[in-house]
Amino acid sequence: MNRFKAWITYLQVAPLALVFLLFLVVPIATIVVVSFFDYNTTQIIPAFLLQNYEELLLSPVTWRTYQQTIQFAIITWALTLVIGFTVAYFVAFYVRSPTMQTVLFLICTIPFWTSNVIRMISWIPFLGRNGLANTTLMNMGLIQQPLEFLLYSDFAVVLAYVHLYTLFMVVPIFNSMMRIDRSLLEAARDAGASGWQTLWNVILPLCKPGIAIGSIFIVTIVMGDFVTVRMMSGGLSASVGLMMANAMSLLQYPAAAANAVVLLLVVLLIVAAMMRMVDIRKEL
Amino acid sequence: MARKSTGGTRFGVGRRRMLKGAAGAAGAALGSGAITGFPVIWAQNTKNIVLRQCGTGVSNINEIAEKCKADLGFTLQMTALDSDAVVQRVVTQPNSFDVGDIEYWMCKKVFPANTLQAMDVKKIKYFDKIVPIFTTGKLKPDSVIAQGTAPNTVSFVEGPGSTKFAKGQTGWFTMIPTIYNADTLGIRPDLVGRKIENWKDILDPKFKGKTSILNIPSIGIMDAAMICESAGIVKYGDKGNMTKAEIDKTIDFLIKTKKEGQFRAFWKTFDESVNLMTSGEVVIQSMWSPAVSAVRAKGVPCVYQPLKEGYRAWGGGLSLAKHLQGAQLDAAYEYINWYLSGWVGAFLNRQGYYSAVLDTAKANMSADEWGFWMEGKPAQGDIKNPQGVVVEKKGAVRDGGSFYDRMGAVACWNAVMDEDRYMVQKWNQFIAA
Repeated sequence: MNRFKAWITYLQVAPLALVFLLFLVVPIATIVVVSFFDYNTTQIIPAFLLQNYEELLLSPVTWRTYQQTIQFAIITWALTLVIGFTVAYFVAFYVRSPTMQTVLFLICTIPFWTSNVIRMISWIPFLGRNGLANTTLMNMGLIQQPLEFLLYSDFAVVLAYVHLYTLFMVVPIFNSMMRIDRSLLEAARDAGASGWQTLWNVILPLCKPGIAIGSIFIVTIVMGDFVTVRMMSGGLSASVGLMMANAMSLLQYPAAAANAVVLLLVVLLIVAAMMRMVDIRKEL
Repeated sequence: MARKSTGGTRFGVGRRRMLKGAAGAAGAALGSGAITGFPVIWAQNTKNIVLRQCGTGVSNINEIAEKCKADLGFTLQMTALDSDAVVQRVVTQPNSFDVGDIEYWMCKKVFPANTLQAMDVKKIKYFDKIVPIFTTGKLKPDSVIAQGTAPNTVSFVEGPGSTKFAKGQTGWFTMIPTIYNADTLGIRPDLVGRKIENWKDILDPKFKGKTSILNIPSIGIMDAAMICESAGIVKYGDKGNMTKAEIDKTIDFLIKTKKEGQFRAFWKTFDESVNLMTSGEVVIQSMWSPAVSAVRAKGVPCVYQPLKEGYRAWGGGLSLAKHLQGAQLDAAYEYINWYLSGWVGAFLNRQGYYSAVLDTAKANMSADEWGFWMEGKPAQGDIKNPQGVVVEKKGAVRDGGSFYDRMGAVACWNAVMDEDRYMVQKWNQFIAA
């Protein structure tokens, strides 16, 4: 009977395990294998070489690019956290009626009805030298010369990231906040805590799982991104993803694969560090 | 889609054989009847054929597919990709297409991957009329072959099934040239405020933060080389096949220029370059010819400026997938012959590109159109693009002049270098700098 039960369990996890095996384990294993291959202009040659990793890790470009990518990730993370937390706090605690909460939450998702790329590209005419922002500021007499840093700069990249991905922070934090027992807040107030103290000592710690989930979303998305960096920096900035795209465009798959493996390890380390700080499973 | 079309082909072959047999029997009874009967059977047969063509956006044009369906009866499915994606598709998914529309520099790279088959020139009706750039390499008998991957160097292989490029002409042709052109810098004449004559003019401090070059490593490096050579920074043995030292010098110079803030952006796609120009973000940049037309079509002045050092040329062509055989291969040859027979050539010439066989294209264009696009003569009336939109008014003259003026002044062809692995690393360094 027990045996039979065990079989049932295996059978139940089999579909998901199979999906993961086929679409996650096999591709990643392939990438790892290919990252040791040799290549020339036209073909990939099976081999076991460390050259791809040597070229990658010994190049100052790699280090600078990783530094730049991580920098984008940190800035974006900090901004989306502040904005996301504020928005979630407002909807969760300031808005009293559940209907209104639902409505406001849906409003947050409206931008997601259009494609990611469109939302990103629409910044370009807005921020350009003769764009809406510059024209308005100049007509108001606030500036004499158009602000060049608005477009094709790191500023533009971070702006697009924040615009595109803040919702990924809002949703999990909002979810965590909605689960906070309201009587805890009353208790805090009864015990004489000020608004800020309640926020800092009660709400924030209880939102940690939400913050952690949101952070994982943001960091993994930004670390792997290449379209946003390319479009918004006008090709003036690099990211790890862009490096890989460049290598692949010249059929240098092993080089790109080696970079992908390194990126995967870096992101896994970051995620592991976050999981260390917050036990998501325990608090979900 | 793949399954559907091969299924159709198999059915086609089967039916063709059967009908052919039947026609043969009928022919035996009716004498010449079989010969006149054959095209009818052929036409029925081709209706089931689907040719899947993948290539860059420039020559994957729906009008061509529609006209092909009307003239030849079979369906042409076009997939437009960017250059990088085309290379990847041709090398890594050889069964996903039947006709590969690739560029000559890509050909050097992808043909040795053995996913394409060479064509028998005997089956190409207009082979002798193809512009000699693609066969002997010389536009006129006294022309000098430009640097880079000149098309004639990758046009022939040693035999059927071979992937080794032949030195001279053989009977086995790798690609049918579709479109080609000579590229230069595009400028905003209303905003540059000076005469532009050399590639190095893009480095003028006056244009600080208002220039752009393209960020496709294999092409961008060529524009960079034209600029460096013009400015006297680097002297190249062959711009299309640089040594490591030449690459180093070129990229170091680019990094220095980038750090000084000379560039506003780097573009990767056609529309990006159009937007940069129309919005006034840049006033001088690398450009492709239809992008210049697109800017003008928006009412913004733009000139495709001929420069003293000459043009950077490129060309594309149709190549056949290795897996093509039987009726589908026949259809592909038929398509190629139709492609060269004039209608398409005229269509492409009207876009400002050049087509492979000039005589047949000329027959499909008006004298005024031919004079404007190909001979550098002032337009006698309004010049329209293939869609019927007026692109040039009476009296306009094409930037750079005639076909022979432009294609005769090619300094370098787009190329793949022996050191391209190193070049890409350095290019990444430039973008990351």
